[in-house]
Amino acid sequence: MSVPEDLKYAETHEWVRIDKTIGTVGITDHAQAELTDIVYVELPKVGAKLTAKQPAAVVESVKAASDIYSPVSGEVTEVNSQLESTPALVNTAPYAEGWLFKVQLEEGSDLSELKDAAAYRAQIGAE
Amino acid sequence: MFAAMASTPSELQRTPLYGEHLRLRAKLIGFGGWEMPVYYTSILEEHQAVRQRAGIFDISHMGELEISGPKAPEWLNSMLTNNLGRLSIGEGQYTLMLNDHGGVIDDLLVYRRSENGYFLVVNAAKIPEDVSWLQDHQVEGVSVSDQSQLFAAVAVQGPNAAKVFQTIGELPTRNHIGKFKLGRAPMLVARTGYTGEDGFEAFFPAETAAEVWSAFLELGKAEGLTPCGLGARDTLRLEACYPLNGSDLSPDTTPLEAGLSIFVDLKKTGFIGQEPLLRQAEVGLSRRLVAVKLAPKSPPPRPHYPVSVESEVVGELTSGTQSPTLGVGIGLGYVKIPFTKPGQVIEVDVRGRKFPATVEKKPLYKRNVSS
Repeated sequence: MSVPEDLKYAETHEWVRIDKTIGTVGITDHAQAELTDIVYVELPKVGAKLTAKQPAAVVESVKAASDIYSPVSGEVTEVNSQLESTPALVNTAPYAEGWLFKVQLEEGSDLSELKDAAAYRAQIGAE
Repeated sequence: MFAAMASTPSELQRTPLYGEHLRLRAKLIGFGGWEMPVYYTSILEEHQAVRQRAGIFDISHMGELEISGPKAPEWLNSMLTNNLGRLSIGEGQYTLMLNDHGGVIDDLLVYRRSENGYFLVVNAAKIPEDVSWLQDHQVEGVSVSDQSQLFAAVAVQGPNAAKVFQTIGELPTRNHIGKFKLGRAPMLVARTGYTGEDGFEAFFPAETAAEVWSAFLELGKAEGLTPCGLGARDTLRLEACYPLNGSDLSPDTTPLEAGLSIFVDLKKTGFIGQEPLLRQAEVGLSRRLVAVKLAPKSPPPRPHYPVSVESEVVGELTSGTQSPTLGVGIGLGYVKIPFTKPGQVIEVDVRGRKFPATVEKKPLYKRNVSS
């Protein structure tokens, strides 16, 4: 199970890549493997204000709909519109083409609650 | 994303094939009180395997009941909706067991095994309820025996299913059951299924389960026989518009409302639930179970999503999924008459947003019979 070193992780299986004041959000390899066969992704609107740990998107597999919680607070600047036609990118490339949305981080965002790769690996029981 | 992932309550029952599922690294879930594979590799892959080649499902969780005795034919006919009198020995039929209000207790398959002997295949979650309902109404000259613990069972489904089975003997025709042997295991094989494809359900002693499973996988190797879980079983049955008891059928819905009237003989003498059904047939139905199809690029519909016509709520979905074959959302749901005709434009409410859909003719998927 892939857990890249350069990302931060939420306990609820989302990742965020911080680049200066922009956070790119997706779900982890472990999460996509558990969900399998993602057939629909409902993304937030550009401009929407997100609060950390609150539902921001919905990912639907054949079996069920799952809420995705934003790992960070801020305003949505961009969403991955490729997922409208190709939701399976979340399965095939969860850390790359399968990203969900980008957030302009709220000023003074506290990211200390997020886990590093080692802590997330420990959570999911991966080596 | 999900707080408690894959927690498995310990009180779930396991089938005799549990060890095989673990060996194949199946993802297991609780279903009807049983710990069952939801998929082995992927619901979509397993679905396509059944539509294009063949799939094998563990259906050992289902219940097997034996009803026999000199009074069995007459008595059982009074407990079920379809006409048992039409069955020759070796033949089976889909039928329903109703409560006093005409609501569904269970839907099942009944096979006539001998002059006065019947083999019933019932839903896993309903075994105790079915057995006590039957025993509560039992009369002298009838024996009711729950053999569910003695049997393991598999369904082999798909266009190549007959090729998998052909080596074990002369195959039964549609809705018929016969006795066979695979290795040292005796088995009952019925030509039936829950996928919309040609296929078989095989019932064999629980202690032979693992060897029979392996024997089938070996027999089916050249036919692309693939282990399939309940996830694919649900998408397959939904495309074929087979109702699922507990979702599309319940003690509060009648078989007439569910569109199952061809499995109800309203003219035969005396069965439980007949009076309310006759009244309902006379007064007319107020709702029906319909198949719906969403427009492309809509989210998959799910049970309990409201259905509306011009902003008025006219029903609710009881099942829903993304159809792997059609590539769009499909579902079953109870909709008020007159909004039940194929072609009727409706809207399905998904998390507060309305998505266009249509009522469709059942089934949503029909196999190519020439294949």
